[in-house]
Amino acid sequence: MISIITAGLFTTVQDEGRWGYQAYGVPVAGAMDRHAYNMANILAGNQPGAAALEMTVTGDTIRFDRAAYVAICGADMRPALDGREMAVWTSFPVPAGSVLACGYAAGGCRAYLAVRGGIDVPAVLGSRATYTRAALGGLDGRKLKAGDTLAVGACDLADTRPLVLPDEFRATYGSDIVLRVLPGPQDDHFTADGLATLFSAAYTVTDEADRMGYRLAGPKIAHSGKADIVSDALPQGAIQVPGHGMPIVMMADRATTGGYTKIGTVIGPDLALLAQAKPGDTVRLRRCGDEEAVAALRAERARHAAAAAWRAGALRPPSAAVRRFSLTVNGQTYAIEIEEEST
Amino acid sequence: MDNITFLDAGEQGLVVEFGTRIDPEVNRRVHRAGALITAARIPGIIEIVPTYRSLLVYFDPLATARRELGERIRTLIGDGGPEEAAARPGRVIEIPVGYGGELGPDLDFVASHTGLPPEEVIAIHISVPYLVYMIGFTPGFPYLGGMSERIATPRLEKPRTAIPGGSVGIAGSQTGIYPIASPGGWQIIGRTPVKLFDPAAAAPFLFAAGDHLQFKAVTAAEYAAVAGQVAAGTYAPVCRAIAAEGGDRQ
Repeated sequence: MISIITAGLFTTVQDEGRWGYQAYGVPVAGAMDRHAYNMANILAGNQPGAAALEMTVTGDTIRFDRAAYVAICGADMRPALDGREMAVWTSFPVPAGSVLACGYAAGGCRAYLAVRGGIDVPAVLGSRATYTRAALGGLDGRKLKAGDTLAVGACDLADTRPLVLPDEFRATYGSDIVLRVLPGPQDDHFTADGLATLFSAAYTVTDEADRMGYRLAGPKIAHSGKADIVSDALPQGAIQVPGHGMPIVMMADRATTGGYTKIGTVIGPDLALLAQAKPGDTVRLRRCGDEEAVAALRAERARHAAAAAWRAGALRPPSAAVRRFSLTVNGQTYAIEIEEEST
Repeated sequence: MDNITFLDAGEQGLVVEFGTRIDPEVNRRVHRAGALITAARIPGIIEIVPTYRSLLVYFDPLATARRELGERIRTLIGDGGPEEAAARPGRVIEIPVGYGGELGPDLDFVASHTGLPPEEVIAIHISVPYLVYMIGFTPGFPYLGGMSERIATPRLEKPRTAIPGGSVGIAGSQTGIYPIASPGGWQIIGRTPVKLFDPAAAAPFLFAAGDHLQFKAVTAAEYAAVAGQVAAGTYAPVCRAIAAEGGDRQ
């Protein structure tokens, strides 16, 4: 069990989302940054889809009543374990009774804390993801507060070696990001100038940026006709443009349907970048085609598979972790094997 | 006759559009196509979201390419003969409603706005079953069609911050039910004790898009009795089949 001593600004239990019920008006929810969330589960040794904590802007201070093994990925909230600073994009054992404290996010705004075994809250409609607006999933359907306790699923703590995720699997979060956009489904409701504006201007993330959507501010996007349509479904990443001409990107907690024209859709693999953007950050939108979008999805999955394979390799029995060197001294070549002792 | 349009909605979204208007016939084609696609169990389809006039198909493009999926769906939908449509009857689900008073604080306003006595507003509201065009906005919220213009009433000028779950309202010429407590600006004329959405139940949703809802006025005693059954988990919704050409189109 883990206990929340002080709660972050907006910490919720999240997983891959509640897919399958949008026809009944149930939003998908789930982790906003699926890359950092997946990396945290891989480092922790969890199955894909295990529930983790999503911390926003400020992190939680958490007491671990029992020994555990955790991973933190995403924004750097300067985690400290019993006062000792820990790095983000790493995983490490947590002794029973320890306190993990997370602070203010530097670079990005969401961090994922995965605990081996997963956060064990009841699944609602097949998912543990929290959707606060309808109080669904997670812990009583709400953000965490001080005094909350969460169960951790059964797990194997035989191997608790700390791991450091290689750079190639990490993300960096800048304050000026480029997102690829597939036009449609209502790009024909905009003028050619309107589309050109979307794909050339720099937009700024406004204060109205949350799990439901990111409102952007910048040059007005011109419609060729009405800004309203007969409501239809809202896909993830959809860019709604109401009559005021400012784009709104629909995120994890978006409603299932909406009545504004959608000029394009931010591709899935790029939503993780927007999920880490903060008010004031710059967002540029670049047009892409279906082939490029599908290739990006394929590359994202390959990267996750490579990260899982890296972890499996890193945890081979210590006897296999032998480093070999070739050393030449006075013309004589020696083959040297160095085996690290396991602790 | 079956002119459908395919639209892109991200690399994992394909919109199958049947029209651009609110129309029971267009909506019938949406639900028919949804049923055909679901039954075909096409590999790679994650879920489908039927709305007024289109279907959003979420799919895995690494399992089924967009073009193949589109061709498969076009073949499945075929030419949409009327005989096939009649073969899939919808359901009519009865919704018991306590009208007026505390449960429906705006019934008197609707009556004065329309110039009808409150009993007549109720009689008109329960006179026909309403088609559930789609479910959206919030879990279980039905977008209903078919309400008489005679009881159409504008929204409240100042929305309420909290409307109890189960509230039945009118907004313009639409009628609907709030499945869960939420803020809103609809004129509330009554309330149902029946849960539209109960995530813990074996059947979490009372109805699906494509069904019809038939409101039924109940007395305070009947309301209390149903509320008791709902609380005890013993309430069985009253449900009947409707022929596809049935009472929703006038």
